[in-house]
Amino acid sequence: MSEFFAMSGYAFYVWWSFAIGLGIVVLNLVLAIRSLSSAKQHARRRMETTS
Amino acid sequence: MNWTWFHRFGSAPYMYGFARRWAPWFGGAAALLMLIGLYGGLFLAPQDYQQKDAFRIVYVHAPSATLSLMIYTTMAIAAAVGLIWRMKVAHAAAAACAPIGAWFTVATLFTGSLWGKPMWGTYWAWDPRLTSELVLLFLYFGYMGLRAAIEDPQKADKASAVLAIVGIVNVPIIKYSVNWWTSLHQGHTRYLADPDMDRSMLWPLLTLFVAFGLFFGAVLLIRLRAELLRRERNASWVREALS
Repeated sequence: MSEFFAMSGYAFYVWWSFAIGLGIVVLNLVLAIRSLSSAKQHARRRMETTS
Repeated sequence: MNWTWFHRFGSAPYMYGFARRWAPWFGGAAALLMLIGLYGGLFLAPQDYQQKDAFRIVYVHAPSATLSLMIYTTMAIAAAVGLIWRMKVAHAAAAACAPIGAWFTVATLFTGSLWGKPMWGTYWAWDPRLTSELVLLFLYFGYMGLRAAIEDPQKADKASAVLAIVGIVNVPIIKYSVNWWTSLHQGHTRYLADPDMDRSMLWPLLTLFVAFGLFFGAVLLIRLRAELLRRERNASWVREALS
């Protein structure tokens, strides 16, 4: 198992690449969901003020 | 040819409903394939005889890089459709593409840099492939900056669409940079017909290509809904969609 984490001496490069790649994947999902919920909130607030 | 589908996709309420229905399926399939591809890439694929385990960076770098170009192409096509047919939904889709594309360009540059250091001896070089990919990031920034700077949404749509369409020339430049000029970066890899990689290394990569593509689809659909809500804020369908 420690051999696996060592990545034949390239652990720093391999694990940082995977961390950045997956981090950006997760971040994209979070940012998109946040953007949608803020758009919903704004639209709701506008409906309340106009109705 | 029946064009009703095209008109239906041009309708904001239809697209909003479509995006709401399909995003979870795209996201679910993407997550499943990502897990399979990562497991294959990290545990099942054998070590490379030259690069040892450092070659595994390909499993994040190549799908991100492909996505960075695919998203730009999608954005430019959507912008062109918006411009030609005056289709608001297409402009909204183009606007939704930009931040996703910019993030995957960042992922490409960082993972490439982390691969370059052990293999080429440097994190960065002003090399044709690397420089043109950096220009891609600036094109995304330019597109988003231009949209943010123009208050009238219709004018912002038109101006940013022109920028997106003009910027598409950079896509083939990135893709063929490794053939046209001397580059540190390796040349084209053939993935499908007569592939350059052994099957045991190739299948996790192909799985991840599909996974990243589906993931882009899911995020695009979520962002498209947000764009449509912001644009169509006075439409009656918004009232129904939110009730």
